[in-house]
Amino acid sequence: MMNLNCLDFERPIAELEVKIEELRYAGNDAEVNINDEINRLQQKSRQLTEQIFAALSPWQIAQLARHPQRPYTLDYLQRIFTEFEELHGDRRFGDDPAIVGGVARLEGQPVMVIGHQKGRDTKEKLLRNFGMPRPEGYRKAVRLMQLAERLRMPILTFIDTPGAYPGVGAEERGQSEAIAYNLKVMAELRTPIVSTVIGEGGSGGALAIGVSDRLLMLSYSTYAVISPEGCAAILWKSPEKAAEAAEAMGITAEQLHKLGLVDEVLPEPLGGAHRDYAAMSEILRAALLDALAKLVDIDTEQLVQQRYERLMQFGSYRE
Amino acid sequence: MSDGTYMSWFQKLMPSRIRTEANNRRSRNVPEGLWTKCGACNSALYRPELERSFDVCPKCGYHMRIGARRRLELFLDEGARSELAENVQPVDALRFRDSRKYKERLVQAQKGTGEKDALVVMQGGIYGIPVVAAAFEFRFMGGSMGSVVGEKIVRAVNVSLQERIPLICFSASGGARMQEALLSLMQMAKTAAALGRLSDAGIPFISVLTDPTMGGVSASLAMLGDVNVAEPGALIGFAGPRVIEQTVRETLPDGFQRSEFLLQHGAIDLIVDRREMRPRLANLLAIMTHRPPPNVKPLATVT
Repeated sequence: MMNLNCLDFERPIAELEVKIEELRYAGNDAEVNINDEINRLQQKSRQLTEQIFAALSPWQIAQLARHPQRPYTLDYLQRIFTEFEELHGDRRFGDDPAIVGGVARLEGQPVMVIGHQKGRDTKEKLLRNFGMPRPEGYRKAVRLMQLAERLRMPILTFIDTPGAYPGVGAEERGQSEAIAYNLKVMAELRTPIVSTVIGEGGSGGALAIGVSDRLLMLSYSTYAVISPEGCAAILWKSPEKAAEAAEAMGITAEQLHKLGLVDEVLPEPLGGAHRDYAAMSEILRAALLDALAKLVDIDTEQLVQQRYERLMQFGSYRE
Repeated sequence: MSDGTYMSWFQKLMPSRIRTEANNRRSRNVPEGLWTKCGACNSALYRPELERSFDVCPKCGYHMRIGARRRLELFLDEGARSELAENVQPVDALRFRDSRKYKERLVQAQKGTGEKDALVVMQGGIYGIPVVAAAFEFRFMGGSMGSVVGEKIVRAVNVSLQERIPLICFSASGGARMQEALLSLMQMAKTAAALGRLSDAGIPFISVLTDPTMGGVSASLAMLGDVNVAEPGALIGFAGPRVIEQTVRETLPDGFQRSEFLLQHGAIDLIVDRREMRPRLANLLAIMTHRPPPNVKPLATVT
């Protein structure tokens, strides 16, 4: 059986794994040498995966960031945090399921967790609007952040969105203002903020929950001012040039780390986060604890000042 | 008209640039074209008269796009005005190249506009009230915000903070500048953070949104005014109308994302005709900074 949930460049690996599964099934009939064959194929599969993943192009990484099986915010929430209580609504218009948030514990410590949420099946995809928030989502997020500030809880945000939703209602209710307001508030919040790009960092819709003291990125996540397809459509006049646009914009964790825009790149398990949710969650948990440990002892005034200075040094110009 | 998707300033750059440049050529070489046509009502307009009415059609009130420098010259008191951060210049940190090199696009934009980048900042007065005023140059790569625009906004804020004088920004932008990739996205956070400091210090920021103000500029500094003012009929929004149409697959309502629509939906405080901008903002600023009423003369140009 062919796995429809795999990318083109993952196909050779998937085919090998299917073969391994078949052998396993046949192995139940107790042939002697089948185990050796399985081991041989497994090793081959690992080598093949290593080989393919050692030379991924930015465009391939963009596809991994959007992989249909990639872990989403709630997948990490379940595995990393305890006692999560989801809190809903912006108190003004509605509740936006494209952003989830609430209080939880990280190793016993109270934290506020906020993240974009995509859907897994068609029904949930629609419910979550493909992870594209409307203004009420951003307003819920900022409400929860301000609550965290009052309660002296660190804020952990998870970024995974194609972008803020381009719709009529979203415009009517002030999508621009919602994003702008979050940027302004987050810059001044008197509590530590750690943001992690876990999948797609889609432009202003991502940044609206991404102003932080530490910015982490999973190694196969992306962060960009516009999607590669959008950039290609505008600058190359052809969406088919997405791979070139992805290359030119430098959207990968590694490239952004080199530019100094990202503090830390978290390695993903072999074959990507979707191949091993548990291992990825462990890596992320450790990184979050580490990032928080670096921040919690900093005096609040100094923390806010540091964040401000960090924002002010973004940019490249001469005079 | 113009389309302003989050980043699609470039799509609309072509038609609109042709239009704007045509206007400009006429304004500079008067003998060649003493007459011009209104883009909205098609009336034949006498160029010097149009200039006297601040490039607003005297017949129908259509607000034509104007350049950053002319904008500030029209707005600020004559005489004591000085440019700030004029030497901040763009660099191509990513060696970005699409169908053309970013470097080449920069050189072309610099030649075409005479500006180093898409924002001009000046310190000056308005009816004697000291202010810092910034204006976007839309003809410079669609007024897109990259590192230079972000830095100049911060410098403008810093002068406002030091001198404790109000800040006014006239936006005209398609959004963030793609050629600076994530660096330009970060300018949204940078400018918003700086404006937060201004806000904390109790110094007024008036954001004037002109045609068009979209994407990353709209979703950062332009929507953060203590008072948000728009010129009539300006296209203002986050996503561009074409992108929205493609997403929702229906025709957009008339006047969608125009100033009047934003006023109705509570996104802006007021719409002000360009010909009244100076006295109206002077009045606002005088009240907001506890000054006596400015000596505002009756307007000669408004029809």
